[in-house]
Amino acid sequence: MFSETIELRGHIIDSLILPKVLDQILTRGANFKIGEIKIGEKRADQSFARIEVSAETSEALDELILRLRQHGAEVVERVNVQLAPAPADGVFPDDFYVTTNQQTFVRLNGKEIEVQPAMMDSAIALDRNKRCARAVKFFDVKKGDEIVVGHQGIRVVPVQRATSHADIFQFINTSIAADEPKSAVIRELGRELRRARNAKGKIAVVAGPAVVRTGAGEHLERLIQLRYLDLLFAGNAFAVYDIERALFGTSLGVHPDRALGKGGHENHLRAINVVRKAGGVAAAVEKKILMSGIMHACVRHKVDIVLTGSIRDEGPLPGVTTDVIEAQKIMREKLADVTHVLLLGTVQHSLAVAAMLAPSVRTVCVDIDESAVKRAIEHQPLQSLGLVTDVEPFLRELVDSLASRANEIENRNGKA
Amino acid sequence: MRELLLCPPDYYGIEYEINPWMSRLRGTEAAVAQQQWKNLHGTLSKLDCKIHLVKAQPKLPDMVFTANAGLAVGKKFIPSNFRHKERAGEAPHFARWMEEHGYEIAWLPNDFYFEGEGDALFGDDALFCGYKFRSDIKSHRAVADMLGCLVISVELVDPRFYHLDTCFCPLRDGAAVWFPAAFDEYGQRAIRQHVTELIDVEPEEAVHFSCNAVVLDRDIVLPEGAPQLVATLQERGYRCHELPMSEFLKAGGACKCLTMFLPQRESVKS
Repeated sequence: MFSETIELRGHIIDSLILPKVLDQILTRGANFKIGEIKIGEKRADQSFARIEVSAETSEALDELILRLRQHGAEVVERVNVQLAPAPADGVFPDDFYVTTNQQTFVRLNGKEIEVQPAMMDSAIALDRNKRCARAVKFFDVKKGDEIVVGHQGIRVVPVQRATSHADIFQFINTSIAADEPKSAVIRELGRELRRARNAKGKIAVVAGPAVVRTGAGEHLERLIQLRYLDLLFAGNAFAVYDIERALFGTSLGVHPDRALGKGGHENHLRAINVVRKAGGVAAAVEKKILMSGIMHACVRHKVDIVLTGSIRDEGPLPGVTTDVIEAQKIMREKLADVTHVLLLGTVQHSLAVAAMLAPSVRTVCVDIDESAVKRAIEHQPLQSLGLVTDVEPFLRELVDSLASRANEIENRNGKA
Repeated sequence: MRELLLCPPDYYGIEYEINPWMSRLRGTEAAVAQQQWKNLHGTLSKLDCKIHLVKAQPKLPDMVFTANAGLAVGKKFIPSNFRHKERAGEAPHFARWMEEHGYEIAWLPNDFYFEGEGDALFGDDALFCGYKFRSDIKSHRAVADMLGCLVISVELVDPRFYHLDTCFCPLRDGAAVWFPAAFDEYGQRAIRQHVTELIDVEPEEAVHFSCNAVVLDRDIVLPEGAPQLVATLQERGYRCHELPMSEFLKAGGACKCLTMFLPQRESVKS
C-alpha cells in the first residue's frame, strides 16, 4: 500500500468537503485513516482534518491526490530517508535501520519505494538509479552501498488481520497450552492445508530429530505420500536418525519397541557411512539401499530437501550445507513462495526459519517446550498458531484427518 | 441607497476564448453592446442606486464585467487573482480605483485564484463561494480568514456556469434562485442546508443567465428570456426588470457580471 497524508482546512463540515473527500477516496478503491480532526466551535470557526490516504499503487494514489487537491487537500510533505555509505564489505554504517518482517516503504525524492523482500533483522540498501530498496544481510553489503540510517522517511505497514473468512489463524494467534484440547484445532489445520494445496500454495516443514525419535516419522512419511509437503528443512542429525531408523530400526541406538537395539550408538555412524558410500541420500534411494523413511519418501515424491549442518554433527551426509551463511541464503531463496510452514520439534531451526518468513506466511509451531513455541510464533502474531504438545500425537492426528478425507473422496469416486 | 461599480464597454469585444460561450469568429456588435449596457446603467440608476464608473482600459475587453474585480465588505476590498492571464491585467486598475475611493486593499497570495463577487455571494450570513473553473477552494479559506465569516464552498461542475453568479442568486428574503445542475451533489446539499428556500431555474431559462441578476431589495434586474422565473419572482412580490443582454451573453456574462456592489455587505456576522 502506498500512502500520503493530506490536510483539509476551512469550513469543511458546512461545505460538506470532508464527506466529499472521504467518499472520493473510497469510491476510487483507496482507504483512509483520520489522524486528527478539529471541528470549529463557533459558526465562523474553521475546521481541520489530517487524513492518511492509501492506495494499492503509486499511480492510483497520485491520481487520487490530484483530484483531492481540487477540493483543497494539501499534501503533508514527508521527509526523505537518510542514507549513509557502507564503510566496508559486510559492514553497515552506524545507526543503520533494522527491519521488521512487515511491509516497509522508504521515501526518496517525495516518492515511496517498497522494501523487498519483507525480511526481519536486516538493513535496507537503496539503489537510487534503479529506484529499488532491498532488505540486506551483512554478507550482502558491499563497501559504498547506500544504507538507510535513522528512522525518518520510513513507513511500516502492519499485516491486517484477515477478514474474508473465519479460520484458525484469524481467531487463534497465541499458543495452545499442553493441558488444553487440540483435536478440533488440528482438524481445522487439516482443512487449512487442504485449502492451501488446492489453491496451489506451497507447504514447508521444518523438522527436528524429535520427529523421528518420538516415532512420528511414519506420520510425516504419510504426509509426504498424501502430497502435503513441498519443502523440507532439517539438520544433518534429523536425516541421519531417519536413515538409521530405516536401515537398522533404531534412532541413536534406541529401538522404539525395545530398550536398546543391537549395535547401539554405532548404528548412527554406520548409517552415515552407508549413505556416504552410496554417494548421497538420493543415490542410496536409487540403489535401493534406502527403502523407507522420511528421506526416502522425499526423494520418491520429489520434495525439495535442504539439510544444514551444526557443530554437533557426525558425518555429515553428502549434500548437507555446512556453511551457515550459505545455508541461510538457500533457505531464504526456497522460502520465497512458501505459504504455510510447520515448525516441528526443533528450537534453533524453527527460530531461524521464523525470522526469514514474510508476515503473510501462515506458521504452525509444535513443540513440547512452551517457551520454544512462544519464541517461534512471536514473529507472526496474526498468522501463527502454537501447540504445546509432543509432536507424535499432533502429526498422527493431522495426517489421520487428511487421510480420512482422502479416503472419503476415493470411496466416493470409486462408487461413482 | 446602494452603490454600484460599473465599467463602460468602450473596449468590450471577444478577443480570446476562456469559456464555452466565447467565440472570436462570432464576435460582438459594439453599438448593440453599448446600447444594452446603457440600458442596464439607466435601469439601475432609476432604482435608487448610486453608480460609480471605472475607466475602461484598452486590451482588457472583459473589464466591463466588474463583478470580477474583487469582493468588497465594509471598507475592505479583496482584489481578484484571475485564473486566466488574459484578465490578470484588470486587477491593478480595479485595486487602484478602490484604493482611491477609500477602500483598504487586502491582497490574497498570488497563487490563490479568486474571481471576486463572480464567485462569492452572501446569502443570509454565509458567504457562498464557487470553485473549480475559476476560483480555488484555497482562496475561500483565505477569504474566510480575512472576513471572519462562514464560507460555504461549492463545486461548480458545468463549464457553461463557470462562476457562482451564473447559477446562484441570493434574494433579500433569505431565499435564493439557482440552477441545481451546475453544482455537484455535495454542493447542492450544502446549499440546501444553508438556504431556507430555493427557487429552481429550468435549464432552458438558465442558459439565458437568468440567475445572473442584480437584486436590489424588492427590485431584480435580470436578462430577458426567463418568463417562468419572472412569474415566480413576481408572485413573491419582486419587481422584475428584464433587459436584453445578448451581446454580453456572447462573452458568458449578463446583468450581475456587469455590476459590483460597493460594498456587497456593510459587515459580517462571525
